[in-house]
Amino acid sequence: MKPFTVLNGGCVLMPYENIDTDQLIPARFMNRTRASGYGGYLFYDLRYNASGGQIPEFELNKTNGSELILVSGHNFGCGSSREAAVYALLDYGFRAIVAPSFGDIFCNNASKNGLLTVPLADQEYTRFVRQLSQSEFKDVKIDLAKQTLGFKTSATFGFEIDPAIKRKMLQGIDDLAETLQYQAMIENFETKYLQNKQWLFPK
Amino acid sequence: MIGSLTLVEKICESHRILSKEGMDLLFIDRHFVHEGSHHAFHKMSSSGREVRHPALTFGVADHYAPTGAGNPNETMSVMISRLRTNTAQHRIKSFDLDDARHGIVHVTMPEQGLSLPGTTIVCGDSHTATHGAFGAFAFGIGASEVAHVLATQTLWQKPVAPMRITITGCLPFGTSAKDLALYVIAQIGTGGAAGYAVEYAGDTIARLSIEGRMTLCNMTIEMGARSGIIPPDDITLAWLKGRALAPVGADWDAAVAQWRELKSDKNAKFQKEITIEASNVVPMVTWGTAPDQVAAVTAKVPSDGVDDAALRYMGLTAGQAIQAMPIDQAFIGSCTNGRYSDLLEASRVLRGSQIKVPLLISPGSAEVARQAEANGLVDIFIKAGATWARSGCSLCVGMNGDRVKPGQRCASTSNRNFKGRQGKGARTHLMSPAMVAAAAVAGCIVDVRQHDGYRQSGAVST
Repeated sequence: MKPFTVLNGGCVLMPYENIDTDQLIPARFMNRTRASGYGGYLFYDLRYNASGGQIPEFELNKTNGSELILVSGHNFGCGSSREAAVYALLDYGFRAIVAPSFGDIFCNNASKNGLLTVPLADQEYTRFVRQLSQSEFKDVKIDLAKQTLGFKTSATFGFEIDPAIKRKMLQGIDDLAETLQYQAMIENFETKYLQNKQWLFPK
Repeated sequence: MIGSLTLVEKICESHRILSKEGMDLLFIDRHFVHEGSHHAFHKMSSSGREVRHPALTFGVADHYAPTGAGNPNETMSVMISRLRTNTAQHRIKSFDLDDARHGIVHVTMPEQGLSLPGTTIVCGDSHTATHGAFGAFAFGIGASEVAHVLATQTLWQKPVAPMRITITGCLPFGTSAKDLALYVIAQIGTGGAAGYAVEYAGDTIARLSIEGRMTLCNMTIEMGARSGIIPPDDITLAWLKGRALAPVGADWDAAVAQWRELKSDKNAKFQKEITIEASNVVPMVTWGTAPDQVAAVTAKVPSDGVDDAALRYMGLTAGQAIQAMPIDQAFIGSCTNGRYSDLLEASRVLRGSQIKVPLLISPGSAEVARQAEANGLVDIFIKAGATWARSGCSLCVGMNGDRVKPGQRCASTSNRNFKGRQGKGARTHLMSPAMVAAAAVAGCIVDVRQHDGYRQSGAVST
């Protein structure tokens, strides 16, 4: 996993609530291998019309695609557990999502792949979006170590993150690699635990 | 803190291997995989890892399972064969399309007796919450976590705050667990349980069938929750006993002794509590593009502070009546409402009726299909003009080619009315199996409580 330390980048604003993972990537594209890339399918049904042409009003079609941060409304990434939603955002080029709240499983999936989710309290979010809309420059700086998000010349906003997720993202540590360090503890636990749980194994 | 733990806290405590930085490493008792788990298996093979506990891992092909009579297309074949190869390579028991135990993961695994009280159950599917109906701590995970569980049989979890939803009173005639779930979502919203592990309590829950409990726990994810759980009781044990892969003999006795202890302590602290009066529940219909955009069938599409984008997508106007809204097609099935009791409810409407719009009925499992055939339900469906399909996720998620065309309106027993969920531009109205059947017969959304055949059948709520 690529470490996440400081990110400087432009924002795309999609201030809608409940952007679910079915919208992020329609189910019909999920059979693809990871290596083949998911970026082209991000928001596919919102980006393209039936004949494959771009829908001009859609936010991603109004930019040159160089932005690194997506700003969206409550409950971003709710719904299906598909990690392909995270692949699509990352492969498109996004490295962070700012929203007042996130879908539970989406948040987990994002952290395992180095996509930062930045939760802002409602009032802070409103203030941030207002400044973003007024600002001539959409460039925002996110500092994960300091847990801040801000504009170059004005206010910064603080955000919360679990210490374990923060450490792993800062260092780019893979969960599995870390867990395997506890192999002996896992085996000890299993031996004791499974002793009176033989009923777990179908006969 | 002895004597003040919730059921989920107790399950986590008994499965905790270690804690670090506020995260618990939990042992996982049951891991269910399906075609969508291909990314995780790829991670395993590319790093040369072995599955830690193949005997605690179970597979089934459901998301890409063909429901029509024809052969699966290339995508479906590839996805199903990937699962076949991956599970065979890792010595995982998997129910393939031709296996008598085949079905939707959240229908077939419980049916086989694999979803057990007090266990931790994960699957790369958000509706894993369903298995909470048996008193398991069950939740959906993504591909990275699926790979982690395959390799270690463990998962890192931040302790989830407990929330209790107490439901009291009787569900009225014409309503079911689906209406109850949609009613709760209407009260608390799609974020109402976000960040919580929900426990259901109250006399309504104590009387609710296992099938109804599964429907309710299944829809708990649509409230934003990590999981939904119902403590095991006599109904749970009676349902599990004798199932093909459930414990037997001394194992069963040992398990039951442990399961009898599974409940929240009297002094357990729930950080959020709500109470719902079941007698207020009415047949519910979603009108928008999120499950909390829902109202009573007799109500109107709201006009205050309404989501314009949702109305545009759904082709509706604020203040419009929900009843009499024409539909183009209907679907009965899915992990939410594809069980035998759901089909039985639908049959009470469809018996002796003719449908006006196409109705696809996909049983939740091959076992459900056998029961429906043996008990004459399939005859009723076919005589009514419905299409009786094979088992799979089908039109709930549209991955197997079953889709609703752009702009078409579908009455559906599934769980999500998201934009594009049933196909690009598809307009989904979620409701109960009886309501969907009634809509298919009328060609428009109607109140099943007014349907003569259903009233005379003496239908009782589940």
